[in-house]
Amino acid sequence: MRLKRDKLMPILFIMPSVITVGVFVYGFISWTGFISFTKWNDVLPNYTLIGFENYRKLFANMRFQIDLRNTLVFTVIFVISCLLIGLLLAIFLDQKIKSEGIFRNLFLLPMAISFVVSGVIWRWLFNPGSIQLGNIGVNQLFEKLGLNFLTCGWYTDPKIGIIAVAIAAIWQFSGYTMALYLAGLRGIPIELREASAIDGADKWQIFYYIIFPLLRPITFGAIIILGHISLKIFDLVVAMTGSGPAFSCDVPALFMYDTTFRGNHFAQGASIAIILLLLISLLIIPYLISTFRKEA
Amino acid sequence: MKIPTTRILIYLILVLFTVFYIIPMYIMILTGMKSFSEVGLSTMWNLPRSLNFESFRLAWLGSAKGGFRGLSGSFLNSLWLVIPATIISAIFGSLNGYVLTKWRFYGSDLIFTMILFGMFIPYQSIIIPLVLTLQKLHVYGTIPGLILVHVIYGIPISTLIFRNYYITVPTEMVEASKIDGANFLGIYRWIIFPLSTPGFAVAMIWQFTSIWNDFLFGLIVTPNPASQPITVALNNLAGSYIVQWNVQIAGALLTALPPILVYIFLGKFFLRGLMQGSLKG
Amino acid sequence: MLRKLLTALVLVSMVAVFFALPVLAESLSGKVEVNSWWTAGGEAEGLNALIKIYESKYPDVEFINATVAGGAGTNAKAVFKTRMLGGDPPDTFQVHAGHELIDTWVVPGYVQPLTDLYKSEGWTNSMPQGVLDIVSYQGDYWSVPVNIHRSNVLWFNKTIFTKYEITPPSNFDQFFEVCDKLKAKGIVPFVMGTKEGWEAGHVFESVLLGKLGADDYKGLWTGEVKWSDPRVTDALETFAKIASYLNTDHSALTWDEAGQYLLKDKGAMMIMGDWTNGWFMSVGFEDYGWAPSPNTAGIFLALSDSFALPKGCKNQENVVAWLKVLGSKEGQYGFNKAKGSIPARTDVDISDYNDYLKSAAKDWQKDAISPSVVHGAAASEGWSTEYKDIISLFVSKPDVSYAQKALITAAEEYLKK
Repeated sequence: MRLKRDKLMPILFIMPSVITVGVFVYGFISWTGFISFTKWNDVLPNYTLIGFENYRKLFANMRFQIDLRNTLVFTVIFVISCLLIGLLLAIFLDQKIKSEGIFRNLFLLPMAISFVVSGVIWRWLFNPGSIQLGNIGVNQLFEKLGLNFLTCGWYTDPKIGIIAVAIAAIWQFSGYTMALYLAGLRGIPIELREASAIDGADKWQIFYYIIFPLLRPITFGAIIILGHISLKIFDLVVAMTGSGPAFSCDVPALFMYDTTFRGNHFAQGASIAIILLLLISLLIIPYLISTFRKEA
Repeated sequence: MKIPTTRILIYLILVLFTVFYIIPMYIMILTGMKSFSEVGLSTMWNLPRSLNFESFRLAWLGSAKGGFRGLSGSFLNSLWLVIPATIISAIFGSLNGYVLTKWRFYGSDLIFTMILFGMFIPYQSIIIPLVLTLQKLHVYGTIPGLILVHVIYGIPISTLIFRNYYITVPTEMVEASKIDGANFLGIYRWIIFPLSTPGFAVAMIWQFTSIWNDFLFGLIVTPNPASQPITVALNNLAGSYIVQWNVQIAGALLTALPPILVYIFLGKFFLRGLMQGSLKG
Repeated sequence: MLRKLLTALVLVSMVAVFFALPVLAESLSGKVEVNSWWTAGGEAEGLNALIKIYESKYPDVEFINATVAGGAGTNAKAVFKTRMLGGDPPDTFQVHAGHELIDTWVVPGYVQPLTDLYKSEGWTNSMPQGVLDIVSYQGDYWSVPVNIHRSNVLWFNKTIFTKYEITPPSNFDQFFEVCDKLKAKGIVPFVMGTKEGWEAGHVFESVLLGKLGADDYKGLWTGEVKWSDPRVTDALETFAKIASYLNTDHSALTWDEAGQYLLKDKGAMMIMGDWTNGWFMSVGFEDYGWAPSPNTAGIFLALSDSFALPKGCKNQENVVAWLKVLGSKEGQYGFNKAKGSIPARTDVDISDYNDYLKSAAKDWQKDAISPSVVHGAAASEGWSTEYKDIISLFVSKPDVSYAQKALITAAEEYLKK
C-alpha cells in the first residue's frame, strides 16, 4: 500500500507542471500551427482551412526574404564574435591576472541588463548625428580620437544596419561566453597541462591539442544558447532601431508582431511564428535528444 | 625579461575590452547626473560640471506639462509582478527537481526533456493563443495575469536549475530515509528542503532578473499604463520625441538598477544560474 | 400678492433646479484613460489643450494620458489591438477615420455607435458631409473626428525659391525642371526621411493622386481601377525618378529631421502632410511656402484623427464627457490651433489661425476630397500596411515591375473580402 502511494505521489506532484507545459507550450504551439493553415487574415477569426497558402505567400514576401537574410547575417556575426571574444578573454583571464575578479565582473555586467535598456543606450551611442548636430555618439568619439574613417551611419545605413544591432548584442553576451569558457578552463586539471609541458609541448601546442578539444562541449553548448537567442531576437531590435530603413534591421520576430497585431494578419503571423519555431527546433532538438540519450 | 611584454599586451587588451563593456554604463551614469543646461547631444562625452539629478526626477515622476508619464508606477508594477512570480516559480521548480532526481519513474527523463523544450521556444509561437486564453480566464491586462504567464513559462528553467542542484545531493541520503519509513513529502520536508537554500537562491535570482527584464510578455499581456511593467514603459518613454534624451537615459538606468544591484550583491548566485541555464549539469 | 410672490418663488426655484441639474450631472468622478499616439511637438500641445478643458470641467476625474510613442501610430495601433483582443479595452483610443475605423473596429463589433451623441450634440449639422461619411457605417456614426489634415502638400523654402527665381511647380514636368535647376546649384532639390517606414508611402500616394486624378485614385481602393493600369506604372517610374533627387541620408531621418534641410536652406522641397505646418510653427520657422503636390491642385487628400468608444470600456460616462469635449467648438478650436490642423467642424472661428491653415480651410470647402491610404482613410489596415511595406522597399530597390506586381497581388487579396 505504501509502496503504491510512494509511486503515485511524485507523479501527482509533477502533474500540474506537466499539464501546464503540455497546454501552454505544446497545446498553444499546435493551436498557432492550426491558425497558420486558416484564412484568419482579418480582425475576426476565420477558421476556414486554406492549406499552405500563408506559407507560400510568406516566402514570396520580400520583407520576409530580407528578414531571413538579416537573421543569417546577425546570427553568424553574433555567434562567432561572442565565441572568439569570449574565448580570448577567458584565456587571458586564466593567466593569473591581477584583479581578475574586477575584470570578470565588469565583462559580465551587461548580462544583467534588459535588452530594452541596452537598446535605448545603443540607439543613442550609434546615432549618426545630423546636419545640425554634426557627429554625435560613437562617431563623435571616433572623430575625437582621429579615427574618422570609422564613422558611419550605423543602424541608419541599410547596408550595415543589422551589424550595428549585432554589436549591441555582442556587447551583452560576449562576457557571458567568456564566463562559460573560463569555467571550462578552470575545470581542466592542471596536471594535464603540466604533464604536456614536461613532454615538451609549447604553449600553442597545449592549447591546440589538449585544451581546445576539452572545451568543445562548451563551444557546442554556447552555440546552442547564442544561436537560439539570435533567432529569437526581438526586444533589442524594437528598443534600438525598429525595422530600420528598408527593413535593414528587421527580424522575423518583429515581422510576426507587426503582421499580427498591426496588419491584422493573424494566420500570416502564425505562419511566421511557426517558421521561427522550426528554425530554432533545428538547433535545439538534436541538442535535447543527445542530452536525453546521455541520461537514459 | 621577455614575459612582461606579452603580459603587458594581455593587460592592454583586457583594458580595451573593459572600455567596450563600460562605455554604455559610463554614458548612462554620466548623462543622468548632468544638469539640463549641459546635456546637449554634442557634449555627450564631456564630464558633468556639477551633480544634478533633475533627469532622474523627470524620468521617475514624468511631466504633465511635457505630456509624458514617469516610470515610478511601472517600477512598482514590476515589483508587484516579479516578487510573487519569482517565489511561485521557484516552488514549482523545487518540487519538479525533487521528483525528477530522487523519485525517477518510467518516462521521467522524457518528461524532463519535454519540459526543457519550453525554455527555448520563441514566444511568438504561443502569443496568439495566449492572448485569447487569458481573455477567457479574465486575467488579460492584469498583473495577476502576467504573473501567471511568467510562472508558466518559468517552469522549464526553474525545473532545470533545481534538478541540476538536487543531483548534487547524495541519493543515498534519500534511500536511507525511505528505508527508515519516511514518505515522499516527509523526505522533501526534512531532508531536501533544508538543503535547498542555494538552489532557491540561484533559481530566484535568475527568475527575478529575467522577469524584471522581460519585454515581450509585458508588451503583449499588459500594455495598459495602469499595469505595464517598467521595460514596456521605458520603451514607450524612449520612443517619444518630446522626451529629452537625458531623461530617456536616466529612465534606462532606473530600469537597469534592480538587476544591477542583484548582480553586484548576489553575483555569485547569478553566475551559477547563468552556467546552469546554459549547460546541463 | 403673497400668492404671486410664492408662485414666483416656486418658478424661480424650478428654473434654478432646472439649470442646476446639468451641473449636478456633470460632477463626474473616477478615471478616464485616453489612448493616443500624440507624443510629439504640436500634437502633444493640442492634446494638452483638450486635457485642460476636460480637467477644468471635470476636476474630480483622474485623467490618464496613455500615449504610445511611434510616428503615424505604428506602435500604438498594435497595442490597442492586442488590448481589444484580450478584452481589456482602453476607455477611448485614437483612430484614423475611414477604413481603419470601419474595417478594424466597427465591422468586427469592437466599438459602440455614437449616433445619439451626434444628435444630442448637434454634430450632424456642425460637421460637413465629407467628414460624416468617413465615420459612418450602416446608418450609424462610430467615432468623433477632431481634425482634418491634408496629405498632398508640397512645402518649399522661400529663400531658395526667391534666390533662383523659381515658382512652385504645378505638374511633374515643372517639378523635375526645378529639381534639375537646383541640383546644378548644389542644393538638395527634394528631401525625404524614410526612417519609420511610412514616409515613402505617404509621398507616393500624392504621386498616384497626381497621375490618376481624384476619381481614379479612389477607384484603385474600391476596385474600379485596376492596379495594372499603365498610369500606376507611370507613377512608380516617376517616384523612382523623384527618389534620384533625394538627400542621400534619407534612411537615417524621420520626416521632421529631413525637414531640417529646409530650415537650414540646404534643401528646397518636400511632400508631407500639413502637420509640417504645426512643426514649422513649433520650431519658429517662417520662411516656407506651400502648394498642392504636383498635378493635384483642386484635390484635397484628407485624413482625420478621431476617437472611438470601445464596447466594455470601464468608465463610460467619463469617456462620453471626453468625447463631448472633443466635438465641442471650444475643444476643436484649441486642439487644432496647437496641432496645426483644421477643425472637423465647419462652424469654428479660425480667424486667428495662421495663413496656411486658413488657406487649407478654404480648400477643404471647395476641393474634391480624396482619402489618404497611409493614414487609414482609403483602405483597411492590412492593405495599407502591405502598401507601405512595398513602397518602403521600392525606395531602396526601385524595381517597377516587382513593385507593381506586389501592389496588384495585395489589391486582389483585399478586394476579394
